[in-house]
Amino acid sequence: MTLYQRRRAGNVVALTLSWVATGIGLLILFLVLWTLLRNGLPALGSDLFTKPTPPPGGRGGIGNAIYGSVVMTAVATLVGTPVGVLTGTYLAEFGRGSRIAPVVRFVNDILLSAPSIIIGLFVYELMVVRMGHFSAWAGSVALAIIVVPVVVRTTEDMLMLVPGSLREAAIALGAPQWKVIVSVIYRAALQGMLTGVMLAVARIAGETAPLLFTAFNNQFWSTNMNGPMANLPYVIFQFALSPYADWQVLAWGGAMLITLAILMLNIVARLLTSWSNRTL
Amino acid sequence: MSDFTVTAETPRAPALGRPLVRPREPAAVAQTTPKVVIKDVRFFYKKYEALKGINLALHDKRVTAFIGPSGCGKSTLLRILNRIYELYPGQRATGEVLVDGRNILEPGQDLNLLRAKIGMVFQKPTPFPMSIYDNIAFGIRLYERLSPGELDARVEEALHRAALWDEVKDKLRQSGLSLSGGQQQRLCIARAIAVKPEILLLDEPASALDPISTQRVEELIAELKSDYCIALVTHNMQQAARSSDFTAFMYLGELVEYNETEAIFTHPRERRTEDYITGRFG
Repeated sequence: MTLYQRRRAGNVVALTLSWVATGIGLLILFLVLWTLLRNGLPALGSDLFTKPTPPPGGRGGIGNAIYGSVVMTAVATLVGTPVGVLTGTYLAEFGRGSRIAPVVRFVNDILLSAPSIIIGLFVYELMVVRMGHFSAWAGSVALAIIVVPVVVRTTEDMLMLVPGSLREAAIALGAPQWKVIVSVIYRAALQGMLTGVMLAVARIAGETAPLLFTAFNNQFWSTNMNGPMANLPYVIFQFALSPYADWQVLAWGGAMLITLAILMLNIVARLLTSWSNRTL
Repeated sequence: MSDFTVTAETPRAPALGRPLVRPREPAAVAQTTPKVVIKDVRFFYKKYEALKGINLALHDKRVTAFIGPSGCGKSTLLRILNRIYELYPGQRATGEVLVDGRNILEPGQDLNLLRAKIGMVFQKPTPFPMSIYDNIAFGIRLYERLSPGELDARVEEALHRAALWDEVKDKLRQSGLSLSGGQQQRLCIARAIAVKPEILLLDEPASALDPISTQRVEELIAELKSDYCIALVTHNMQQAARSSDFTAFMYLGELVEYNETEAIFTHPRERRTEDYITGRFG
């Protein structure tokens, strides 16, 4: 076998392994989706969205859990995004050459990979113990703490991608630095930053552990942010492990919804990216 | 304004600053005023001395070209004039740069106001990710409160002066990034002059452009010269010869020769200048 033939053979082997690995990944993904759809679709109906979680054997849906998840995810995103964007901006724009920036970046990376159950326990100590009860506020704060490092990271990365020549051009016009950042740099990095926020939303939408100790659960349709609130991950956890067939069906329905929602968020983030790439 | 040719009618002016070589004839009467006087300017990238004591003057309503091989410090010198180098830690300039008699290197300057007075155009076009209109209006809005009508007029005027109006007047709301490279560069020039600066710094403004776009930019320089003090860094010696009134030849951080463009290109005093402009090195 010549050297050339050996190299060709090596190429074929490597390519095959890559294909197989990709195939396994895709197969698992499609199996998950398929299982979810097969088991979740029977739960679909107007009751699923409009009725609160029922007692075993009763008629009901998971409307209260959907509501709770949407509200807490929204509050967490609204709280976490500004903090994350501003921190990312500091790291990329103001903190260059400073000694604090590398420390902040390092701590942020730790937070990014911190187990979410630790964050749940932290907020439990910080809020639940002091307030004396579970609450949706505590759940939102725990989720917000997960949002922050994701947004910090993507914001910084996206701002660093903006060419320095654009900054120089704006500053050479006599624009103060904040104006340069807000009017020029953010615009140039907008789609990437939005994608980062979307990814953060997708991440917290499925988080269970931080809510376990904070928002806990509520079998009623509660809109009180100061009390425990139902949420999809917890309801899925509770109902899926229950011995009641009707609860299990609802758990499948919830799992399908949450997966499809995250899938949609990712698709929207992608579309947003390609759309703004074309127009800007 | 048909003053596209520079050579014959260029008023004779003395080489100011501290000319390293005395002109052969006694210097003609100055018909120009020095707008910027650079005195013993040194520049450091951390410890490395990139400029080793530069002395020269830039004249109002004249184009001064800076030529020299890569790394000779010509762009660095330009970046001192609006102190944009300060964006980067570890860069430092000493000496004096007098703009209308005021030393801009002194601490306590309002850099934003200074930069509003000194426009800059870069090697690569840098349109902002916004509409053509907003690209121009961005700088104007920073320092002036204008009615929508007045702002429209200023944007149009700037685009006219940059010879871009006819090409973009029907698509002012489109992204500045949708233009061709040459158009983008003229957009950047329009953006720079829209804020009515007194000095224009052009850092190889045509080096990324095709010959036709280059020609348009050069025509633009000739036309803008009637109002501004222009400093032009270029790698292209023909461009320096065509577009400028004065030429400074720099080498390894030093100003080797500075004189009227015609003199530099017809009888340079320095051997190094002659070698460079005849293409023997560089």
